[in-house]
Amino acid sequence: MKKNEVPQDDSPLKKHKSNELVYAVDDDGKFVSVQSSGWEPKTIIQNQNLEVLNQRVQEALNDVTSGKISPIVYYMELNRMDWQTLAAYMEQWTFFVKRHAKPSVFNKLSTRKLQKYADIFGISIDELRNFKG
Amino acid sequence: MQLDFNHQQSAHCENGAIVNLLNNKGFKITEPMAFGLGSGLFFVYLPFLKVNHAPAVSYRPLPGVIFNRMAKQLGIKVKRFKFSNPAKAQQKLDENLKNNIPTGLVVGVYHLNYFPDEYRFHFNAHNIVVFGKEENRYLISDPVLDYTVSLTKEELEKVRYAKGALAPKGHLYYPIAVPQNTDLTNAIKKAIKKTCNDMLAPVPIVGVKGMRMVAKAILKWHKKLGVAKANYNLVNLVRMQEEIGTGGGGFRFIYAAFLQEAGEYLNNAQLMQLSKEMALIGDKWRDFAVEASRVYKKRSNTENVYQVLSNRLMELADLEEAFFKKLKKAV
Repeated sequence: MKKNEVPQDDSPLKKHKSNELVYAVDDDGKFVSVQSSGWEPKTIIQNQNLEVLNQRVQEALNDVTSGKISPIVYYMELNRMDWQTLAAYMEQWTFFVKRHAKPSVFNKLSTRKLQKYADIFGISIDELRNFKG
Repeated sequence: MQLDFNHQQSAHCENGAIVNLLNNKGFKITEPMAFGLGSGLFFVYLPFLKVNHAPAVSYRPLPGVIFNRMAKQLGIKVKRFKFSNPAKAQQKLDENLKNNIPTGLVVGVYHLNYFPDEYRFHFNAHNIVVFGKEENRYLISDPVLDYTVSLTKEELEKVRYAKGALAPKGHLYYPIAVPQNTDLTNAIKKAIKKTCNDMLAPVPIVGVKGMRMVAKAILKWHKKLGVAKANYNLVNLVRMQEEIGTGGGGFRFIYAAFLQEAGEYLNNAQLMQLSKEMALIGDKWRDFAVEASRVYKKRSNTENVYQVLSNRLMELADLEEAFFKKLKKAV
């Protein structure tokens, strides 16, 4: 990649008034670091990635509303976590955290446990108990 | 309170933090040199480990390894601490700031609010440097940004105690002794050999063999998992390659810059030539990313697309195999 070929496309970074550094060769064939505002293929890939994650959130939301799973799954997806990450935050085995996805188990959770979930997700305990989406 | 600290933007966070900390100690080193001496170029495919719901691919060794290798090569002494108690972690940091020591921290990315949404994932091995405290805010030099930022005590504790894979546990580090005059000759040669051995390793998931395994997997994903999952796995493969901190092309351009610098240092014309070759390989990785992004743009989901991508990756593996064999002989 030559210095003048370093892409300066629109990107999430550019919207954030930021940029990233890449290495490219100048006219004398010497490597220099150049700021790039973004690269279209990369932005496409990132958007695609977010789209899939949003789908997961949407699916979880539908399942919670229809009573198939507990709100914990929805908030887990919303926070881009997987079971391992959530279990690590809960300081519990994955097996137990996964059980809390069952509405029947979830309804019996203690206030302390619910509070811990609420803290991790940055919401109030009420939002977990009376889930409105 | 603000320490005398010169923030410089870099491509990769780990090298950037090292370079900034060392420069601050009066040891001048460029980012590509730090990356090369740490044998930062790598490839590993871990199909059994899922990260963000897709099989893990990494274009670099485990976090921290680059710095450790480089420090060992150059005889730099580094102090590292982890704390089970967040209050102690903060206390140590405050102490360091009081003693005029800019301090490197390993943090989780997800809760770093100064990053755009597209970059915020539960990746727990980002590196930042704290260089001061004003009122209740810590002054932060994030190597991938071209400006400095600040975080409150609470925000900083949250990122230092991010949980999950590679949880940082308040990890902090700082160089305590740097050598005065170092001859890089041996360090460069050793580091290059290490990278060649890594990339040519006779392990199916590592280096060029790992790349071939991914190339084959791309075809399987489509058949076994269906279009949606296959595309998602592909997204993650390319995202890792072009993620902020790679300098583009899965670190190939940084490595090319290192080879050029090494060639100049050792007065080795062959290395200079190989640096150009590495840059061309980097361009091919970028082509691969462009090709992959077309899958979503045009929504062409025929098996043919995956065949093309698979072939390209195979070709890259062949090119790199030949390249690293040559490079091994050049030093």
